[in-house]
Amino acid sequence: MASAAQGRDGTSASLAPKARTTESSMAVAPQKEARLRFQISDLDFFYGAKQAVYKLNLSIPTNKVTALIGPSGCGKSTFLRNLNRMNETIRNSRYTGQILLDGQDIKRMDVVNLRRRVGMVFQRPNPFAKSIFENVAYGLRINGYKGRLSDLVEHSLRRAALWEEVKDHLHKSAFALSGGQQQRLCIARALAVDPEVLLLDEPCSALDPVTTAKIEELMFHLKDSCTMVIVTHNMQQAARASDYTAFMLDGHLIEHNETSKLFTTPADQKTEAYITGRFG
Amino acid sequence: MSNLRMIWRKGLNGLMLTLTGVAALAVVSVLFAVLGYLIWNGGKSLDLAFFTQLPKGEGETGGGVANAIVGSLKLLSLAAVIGLPIGLLAGVYLAEFGGKTFSFVTRYTTDLLNGAPSIVIGLFAYSVAVIPVRHFSALAGGLALAVMVIPITVRSTEEFLRAIPNSLREGAMALGASKWKTIATVVIPAASGGIITGMLLALARVAGETAPLLFTALNNQYWSPGLSQPIASLPVVIYNYASGPYDDWHRQAWAAGLVLLSLVLLANIGCRLVINRRGVRSV
Repeated sequence: MASAAQGRDGTSASLAPKARTTESSMAVAPQKEARLRFQISDLDFFYGAKQAVYKLNLSIPTNKVTALIGPSGCGKSTFLRNLNRMNETIRNSRYTGQILLDGQDIKRMDVVNLRRRVGMVFQRPNPFAKSIFENVAYGLRINGYKGRLSDLVEHSLRRAALWEEVKDHLHKSAFALSGGQQQRLCIARALAVDPEVLLLDEPCSALDPVTTAKIEELMFHLKDSCTMVIVTHNMQQAARASDYTAFMLDGHLIEHNETSKLFTTPADQKTEAYITGRFG
Repeated sequence: MSNLRMIWRKGLNGLMLTLTGVAALAVVSVLFAVLGYLIWNGGKSLDLAFFTQLPKGEGETGGGVANAIVGSLKLLSLAAVIGLPIGLLAGVYLAEFGGKTFSFVTRYTTDLLNGAPSIVIGLFAYSVAVIPVRHFSALAGGLALAVMVIPITVRSTEEFLRAIPNSLREGAMALGASKWKTIATVVIPAASGGIITGMLLALARVAGETAPLLFTALNNQYWSPGLSQPIASLPVVIYNYASGPYDDWHRQAWAAGLVLLSLVLLANIGCRLVINRRGVRSV
């Protein structure tokens, strides 16, 4: 596994000057001036005896979209689920290494607090068997929010670009919505508790292209207030919607760079082979 | 040769199809035979008095089983109040929390309890709730029925909770809900249709039990106020009337049987409808 920086130095002679300001090591910020929301160092993750992530070092800059790409089973979802400790719900899973959120070790944080700060959207829309309103209000209710729920519910639905479509039937079942609407509802639900980070685990894989475009646009607008990490199978999506891209293979991080560079001048041959469609 | 084998195979196939089909038909016809018998023998005895009056004295004709109908409802309510919460919580434990060994033991014991002869459960209730206080009571009968309600509720609750996709639990936990909050506010509400159905089926199942009531709730010719006195119930009334010497008792036993079976059937059909409408996987 070649270091991304070394590899690129050899192949990026014709890059724009901007390229030289980027990182020299994967463990530090891709952009010096960008603040880092997550810093992951030497992460090893195991399902029982089976190791799924190997010595992973990655930094996730604040208020940017970082995409994780790679073939099925490469560990990208597993890695993502480490960031809000969702893997803890799987018996016999464990990790070693360090994950820092704003400089704080997430292992030592209260998990409820961590998950309030790091929201998650799943592959398949998973609305609760409740009304649209109650779905969005759920996170607020369980966090003991005492203010006016309806204002925040409206605000969250607006942020998720769903308000106009549902404002007249907030008390209908969430199951009455289409798949794309349900996914935006799940995003609104995650946004309601105002997380700093939003983890998106293949959020568009069950959606059609038009709906996918809506969600990508939504992600673009959310960048002002939210750091996003998106796992995707769709390389066009990673190229369109993300600022940084990390390529994973067999549990290893192969390459991490600004999206525009990773897709135009990949440093590693494996990355190039993957993004040009030779495998995966 | 091959022709012969073909004939043999087809013949065997036909034979097995016939055997299994006849067995299936027998199963269905038993229910309809029972129902038909009850309607034929008991239907004509169903009048207003049957539902509203107390039993007449021995040998007299007329009267009703109002006290037994109310008694059965009372016993079932007791069984529900005692048995359903325990069954629900144990089912939640098995589906959501259980480790390996203890869950296995619990599940296995539950199945054994489910298969325990009801007369034995009656004996148990007799020894813990009748002997110490030296009299039969509605409470003892309710307790016996509750012991039978528990295992059914446990297993149906567990099944319906397991049918809830894990993504719902993850969705709630990703919002910061604790495990218990996730279960109480997302998982159980999503499975509520099925869980309630399972509970109703459990109650319907014990509504017709006679053996556990014979020496716990005993019987009563009159109304039974409170919980500490013997109480009449439909199954025991059927038992007493059917084995008694008077034609009018036999007539009323048939009628009581018809009422009991209709109630159980209605509960069953209602539950199936709820399950189908909610699209919950049936147990």
